[in-house]
Parts: sequence; C-alpha cells; structure tokens
Amino acid sequence: MSSEKVPLSERRKFIIQTLQGVGLAALGAVTWSAYATHAKASPLALRPPGAIREEDFVAKCIKCGLCVEACPFDTLKLAKAEDNVAIGTPFFRPRSIPCYMCKDIPCVPPCPTGALEASLVSRVVENNKKLDINMSKMGAAVIDSDQCIAFWGVQCDACYRACPLLGSAIVIDHSRNDRTGKHAYLVPRVVGDVCTGCGLCEKACVTEKASIFVLPIALAKGKAGKSYIKGWDEADDARLGEKDTKKDMTTKTPQSSKKAVDYLNSGGL
Amino acid sequence: MNWLYKHRFLLTRRFTQLSIVALYGAANWWGVKFLQGNLSSSLLLEKVPLSDPYAVLQMTAAGAVLGANVLIGATIIALFYAVLGGRAFCSYVCPVNIVTDGANYLRRLLRFDEAERKVWVSRNVRYWILGLSLPLSFVLGVAAFEMISPIGILTRGLIYGIGLGATVVAGVFLFDLFGLKNGFCGHICPVGGFYSLIGRFSIFRVRHDQQKCTLCMKCVNICPEKQVLPMIGKKSGFVVSGECTNCGRCIEVCDDDALNFNLRAFKKSDA
Repeated sequence: MSSEKVPLSERRKFIIQTLQGVGLAALGAVTWSAYATHAKASPLALRPPGAIREEDFVAKCIKCGLCVEACPFDTLKLAKAEDNVAIGTPFFRPRSIPCYMCKDIPCVPPCPTGALEASLVSRVVENNKKLDINMSKMGAAVIDSDQCIAFWGVQCDACYRACPLLGSAIVIDHSRNDRTGKHAYLVPRVVGDVCTGCGLCEKACVTEKASIFVLPIALAKGKAGKSYIKGWDEADDARLGEKDTKKDMTTKTPQSSKKAVDYLNSGGL
Repeated sequence: MNWLYKHRFLLTRRFTQLSIVALYGAANWWGVKFLQGNLSSSLLLEKVPLSDPYAVLQMTAAGAVLGANVLIGATIIALFYAVLGGRAFCSYVCPVNIVTDGANYLRRLLRFDEAERKVWVSRNVRYWILGLSLPLSFVLGVAAFEMISPIGILTRGLIYGIGLGATVVAGVFLFDLFGLKNGFCGHICPVGGFYSLIGRFSIFRVRHDQQKCTLCMKCVNICPEKQVLPMIGKKSGFVVSGECTNCGRCIEVCDDDALNFNLRAFKKSDA
C-alpha cells in the first residue's frame, strides 16, 4: 500500500462540503421545529372576533397588529415571548380587559390576510351583509359551580348582569334552598351555543379568581355528534331521514366492542 | 460640519429606521394614521398595503391562502427592493441593524478583533436558514422564521412593549459583540439572505473609482459585508453583489472620493 494520499477530486470535495451543510442544517431544523411546534401551540388563547380556526389562524396571521391598533379598549394584545401564546399573534385576557363587543367590530376589517374573517361575524340583512358582533365565537364561558357563590345560596348575579346577551347567553336557574328551607338558589347557567366569549362576565365576577371564565370553544364545549336527535324539536327530528343518520349509529367505545355475552362468559363477572 | 458629512448615510439610516418605528408607534399610540401596522404588514395613508414578502412566502408555504391586500403589499415591497433598493431594508429599515451596529461599534472601540479567537461561520448560513424555513413552514403549518425572528420581536417590542423578548434582542447583541463580528446580520439572518437574492439586480449601487483609490482600505475595514468589495484598488466598477446593503459606510470613510452611489450600468463599457 502506498502511503501517498490521492488528492480528493473536486466533485468529492463538493459533495463532502454539501453534506456538512446538510448535517448542520438537520440539527438546526430539529431544534428549530421543536421550538416552533411548542411556540405555536396556544390552546388557551382567546382570539379576536371573526378569527378562523386556531390551526389556520396561526398560519394566516401575519402579526401586523392592525386589529390591536383598531381596538378602542386596548383589549387585544400581540403576544410577547412570555405570554404562552404563539408569538406576535393577537389575543386577549378577559379578566384584565374583556371584549366590549363594539357594534362595528373595528378589529376585523383591517386584517390584511383573512385570519380575521368578516363573514364569520356578518349576517345578511335585506341582501346586505351586516357585521353582527353577537355572532362572534371568541370562546365560551364556563362556570366553576364549587366556587361560584351563587351556588352556595349567596345572592349574586354579577355575571348575568354584565352579559351583553343577558337572558340568552347567561340565564338564571332557580331552585329551592333546602338548607335554609325558605330561600331560593338563583344560579347562573351559560348557554354555550349563544355565548360569544367576550368575557364581560369573567371581568365582572366577584370571587377572588373568576369563577366564571372564558375558554376557547375547542376546550369549553363538548359535541353530541350525529347519533343523538332531539325528537321533540321538529327541525332536529328532520335529520332522522338524512343520509348520515342512516349509517351504523352504534356507539363505539373499547367496552362496546365486546359482545355482552362474551363479557359474561369471559369470567370477568 | 465635516463630522456630519462623514456620517451622512449613517445619520440618514438612523433617521429612517427610527422614523419608521416612530410612525408605527404614532399610529398605535395616538391614532396618527400615516403608517399603521408593523414591518410584517402595514398600511400607508390608510390606503396602500405594504407587506413583508418573505413572511408572505413562508405563510404560503405553511398552507395559508392569503387575502389580496397582503399579496399586493408583498409585491410592492419586493419590487421596490428588487428594482431600486437592493438589500437596503437591512440598513435603512430594520431596527435590529441598530443593535448589531452598536455591537460592532463597541467591538472596534474595545479592539476585540485583535485578541479574540477566530470563529469561522460561513456567510451562506443565511441561505441555508432561508431554504430551511420554507419546508419547515410547510411541515409545521406556521411561518417558521416568524416564530423566532428577532426583527419581529424587536419591532413589535418597540411599538407594543417588549417584555421577555428583550432577552432575544440582548442575545443578538451579545452574539455580535463577543461571538462573531457581524454575526447575526451578516451570517445568520434569512431576511438579509432573502433581500440579497431579490435585490441582486437593483439599480441603486455603490460605484468604485479605482483611479482615485489610494488603497487605504478604510472601506473594506468598515464594510459589514467585506466580500462585496473585491474590486477595491484593482478596477473601477459597481458593487454587484446582492449582499451589499447600500449602507454607504464605505463612501463615508473614503477620504479620496473613490466610492459613490450611482445608478447601475448593466453594459460592461459603462462600468
């Protein structure tokens, strides 16, 4: 074997140097994507009215702040590094400043990208599209019935009074207070399908930490699914004839995958 | 007076950089609607949309179908730099430039160059990051560089308050001061890479007159992108590299009038 080294060809040098770049880029890409995946997740962020679905919103928001600038109440903020919301995107925290539900929704039209979509907060009135803030779905209010003092029997309807859709987004249920035997419980209940998520209730709540608070729709609400039909509601009952209700409607859970007979015979009983 | 003349472009740049942020601020704080938004996307005189073409590119890669306004805005900005300004965004608009120039100034003042161990980082890293940002945006479903951009963090910070984002800006400053000369703007930042690419054929350029050059090399020493000045003292001609930011520091430090801004001639004989 000769000890003399053959000089590397230019092509080989080029490939080696390119691969060096690829190797460093791979490390960079892994670090970068790990950080970005973490940073874009803002499961608790409340977005401005008319915001599209959260996954699409973070892709479509260019972080220009025109919605923030348009907001007359300083409700909207662009997320800073410490806010645990995708950096630079607009959000609000109702306990500090809720959405005051401007009729002309000044934050939506300036959006240059369509991350805030006017059609999501507009209804057609006499063939004209009109902005309607009551259609917004910024989130839905949720009540902690352990800490809400109305559930203790204390008279408080701060959230109910603060609600811009008083009587439809928050209603008061009453029942007998058996503890005293002579008083009534007057407790708030959120109608999640009507609630806009403005957070005026959360702002108004008198407990130390708000016992009624707004969560993003995805977290605040369940979903009954197609299997259940309100037979007493004519419109809903009409779904019975529809194609998608004719499919197999059996509820499937890990438990239901086994036949009842198998369960009885398997000795689990 | 001479000092002013010797820093005329530097002062112009600081003026444009600070005024742009001040105008954004004025719109946000006092409702003076001359220039609204921020460097990602803005609205001039409540009419003309202006958007960051690189951000728009990333967002498109992330799968967002964007509104017409932002596309028009990005086209306006891209055309402006492609035809006129070259990479002037970096030296006349970007606020991070003030931070890294500050680091570089301290470096010169404290003579760091003479003692520090040399770290070699390719100036092409920015193109790698640029190239990486688009597939990453596609995979992550979000504009990847915009999630970490110190430019966005600083610009928004100056307008809306910076919070912990200050650590990112401090990081860039310390990297440039102690780590690598012209580290961020000259090596890492893909926005610089992006404007280097699209500004390659812009007409507003620095021109070198070799007849007047005395080879003092002040221009090369001051230049944040030295590789764009290979012709100094050798032959007359335009700075043709897209990596030149048109900052004009070379022109200011030249005592022999051997460098000046000019409109680029594409015919060889005119160079």
